[in-house]
Amino acid sequence: MAAIFQGVGAAATLSSSPSNSFVPKKFLTSPRRSFCVPSSVVVRSDGSVNFDLNSKSRRAQQLVANAVATKADSSAASSSSNPGHELLLFEALREGLEEEMERDPCVCVMGEDVGHYGGSYKVTKDLAKKFGDLRVLDTPIAENSFTGMGIGAAMTGLRPVVEGMNMGFLLLAFNQISNNCGMLHYTSGGQFTIPIVIRGPGGVGRQLGAEHSQRLESYFQSIPGIQMVACSTPYNAKGLMKAAIRSENPVILFEHVLLYNLKERIPDEDYICNLEEAEMVRPGEHVTILTYSRMRYHVMQAAKTLVNKGYDPEVIDIRSLKPFDLYTIGNSVKKTHRVLIVEECMRTGGIGASLTAAITENFNDYLDAPIMCLSSQDVPTPYAGTLEEWTVVQPAQIVTAVEQLCQ
Amino acid sequence: MALSYLRSSSSRSANLLRPLSSAASLRRPISTDTTPITIETSVPFTSHQCEAPSRSVETNPSELLTFFRDMALMRRMEIAADSLYKAKLIRGFCHLYDGQEAVAVGMEAAITKKDCIITAYRDHCTFVGRGGTLLEVFAELMGRQAGCSKGKGGSMHFYKKDSNFYGGHGIVGAQVPLGCGLAFAQKYSKDESVTFALYGDGAANQGQLFEALNISALWDLPAILVCENNHYGMGTAEWRAAKSPAYYKRGDYVPGLKVDGMDALAVKQACKFAKEHALKNGPIILEMDTYRYHGHSMSDPGSTYRTRDEISGVRQERDPIERVRKLILSHDLATEKELKDIEKEVRKEVDDAIAQAKESPMPEPSELFSNVYAKGLGAESFGADRKELRATLA
Repeated sequence: MAAIFQGVGAAATLSSSPSNSFVPKKFLTSPRRSFCVPSSVVVRSDGSVNFDLNSKSRRAQQLVANAVATKADSSAASSSSNPGHELLLFEALREGLEEEMERDPCVCVMGEDVGHYGGSYKVTKDLAKKFGDLRVLDTPIAENSFTGMGIGAAMTGLRPVVEGMNMGFLLLAFNQISNNCGMLHYTSGGQFTIPIVIRGPGGVGRQLGAEHSQRLESYFQSIPGIQMVACSTPYNAKGLMKAAIRSENPVILFEHVLLYNLKERIPDEDYICNLEEAEMVRPGEHVTILTYSRMRYHVMQAAKTLVNKGYDPEVIDIRSLKPFDLYTIGNSVKKTHRVLIVEECMRTGGIGASLTAAITENFNDYLDAPIMCLSSQDVPTPYAGTLEEWTVVQPAQIVTAVEQLCQ
Repeated sequence: MALSYLRSSSSRSANLLRPLSSAASLRRPISTDTTPITIETSVPFTSHQCEAPSRSVETNPSELLTFFRDMALMRRMEIAADSLYKAKLIRGFCHLYDGQEAVAVGMEAAITKKDCIITAYRDHCTFVGRGGTLLEVFAELMGRQAGCSKGKGGSMHFYKKDSNFYGGHGIVGAQVPLGCGLAFAQKYSKDESVTFALYGDGAANQGQLFEALNISALWDLPAILVCENNHYGMGTAEWRAAKSPAYYKRGDYVPGLKVDGMDALAVKQACKFAKEHALKNGPIILEMDTYRYHGHSMSDPGSTYRTRDEISGVRQERDPIERVRKLILSHDLATEKELKDIEKEVRKEVDDAIAQAKESPMPEPSELFSNVYAKGLGAESFGADRKELRATLA
């Protein structure tokens, strides 16, 4: 504990510059909300203390404690003496949500079947019993209006977490998300912040059909004013959920239907993950592979094969889909000079397309070969199992791509 | 009316003829007088699933004069905005509220600044009613720094957080779910305040309205949905857009009240009634039967889908300012001259505000990138010439 207190002193002096210091805006702007506690101190799992989530001076310390060069499904979660506890990804999301709801009475959850049913993917199981009907709200099937209501509530200072039962359903709320959620901070000249979290599972599942296999990150990525993050492990799921709830900006948290049952050991203590940071999954020398969400596991599977063949891929889970963490990505490109992007979005207008453009613009001088981007096919996801497999990127294709890139 | 005739005739004749005592009794200070007067609304209320409030409204001279002054200010402001638009100082879309002032003014009289109001794009007068200054209005319309949204919102995006005015929204009907969200937050924090979500007869056909109404009724939210029915949704008359133009009945299980929206006192009575109802029983719909003299926006002449006779007819018979003027004169609360003086004062105020707004500078170029995120994330943005313009989104 002494280390943490020392960290408080040190961090306080470091963060004295006005542009980096955190001002608890809640106290200043809305007296009605005086019972809501603003986030100010974050204890990280490696023991250092953060006041500011965005300070560039912290970057050196912020590598996640368990991001070591091993396969993703067996990571040492805690470097300190605590053994941590094991849980599944959806349980990690629930833990994060529950802790934030305990910490701040302004946090509430709205969505279909989140209350009495416990959530269609059990992320909100038992929360309604614990926090009551006013904080865990079952909505009718009316995405447009309950997303709008969440945004209206956020304008007054509440912190709603809106769940889309499947991300694809949020297309019905696109107007609210784009115009009201993303733009209100700007069009009101800074008067209102919208601290809302919109979350839900998306991505291609097991033969769910075209309409239930959508990847909305490509549609939302142009909306100014929102942040998008994608979780991929129980550790970062809990961390990103907590950070998203504490953020003053609207955050869209993309989960994946097939990742809910991943098991991992996570630290017992309170921690969050930085929303704008990428995660170094496996450091390497030959090629940078950028990925996120489910494709991370396909990449790690391909990495096993690649290591056997003598390649040394550096795998980065970009996590932050908007804005991109060009710092981590750039450092990696400067080291390896070759980039492969593996994503689940469609080829046209996906996250990979934007990332390709961003890397080309910023790091063109460091590239020895054109950027390769592996994405899903530009087709509606078919029902038949074999066809669905061919829609998304498979590990074998990743191996071939790396071999091509490293010639 | 007889008394005012006597007074004006006596002032025309020699001053000696006017007895000092009657002069003293007629010249009491009206602007702060709060002795209650009871006035009947123009028409009785029609209700749906609830009991209509009484037609007799309690008011006082001070309030009536405030109504007159505020409505005259709003009318003058909108007409000035019309000229500014034609002079190309205001660009884009400009939706004017003249004719509908009674709704804004009557609503404010019934509620406090703790209650929330949210409306669509015809928001200039509602903003002023909530305490916005004329300078903020004109500067925002002209896109200057002194505007309420720092020039970045425009006509359709007026907001005033400290008096709970939540805007100012361009997409038809999208503000109603937001309004129900505000009501949810009020219920969540046990505020004992209500939200008025205003929309038009055109927006009344949006699906999200019914979705939001359903949720509000289910969760007993203190939401009051106010349909400002000016009988035309953009260029389409209400009978051509709605199968059932009885908007106050559209709530079905939610009670509704139809109000003469050109009578500020009726609006005040209805809003008071609605606030009490919403705090106890959940949502209620108010339909304000009102009229706009201008077209839908400045790009619409307003005469292709309605006759000029109709417009001038309404102006003669139902104009809200004229109604209050007649009330003031008949109850002898002020002379015609005093009312004309108020109008002159108001005109000068508007002209001064416009002059001041014209002097306010355009926003700095760096403002393009500010207020995108609540805190700077280090996200960068740059123009087509990447090396020339490179900025961090703040």
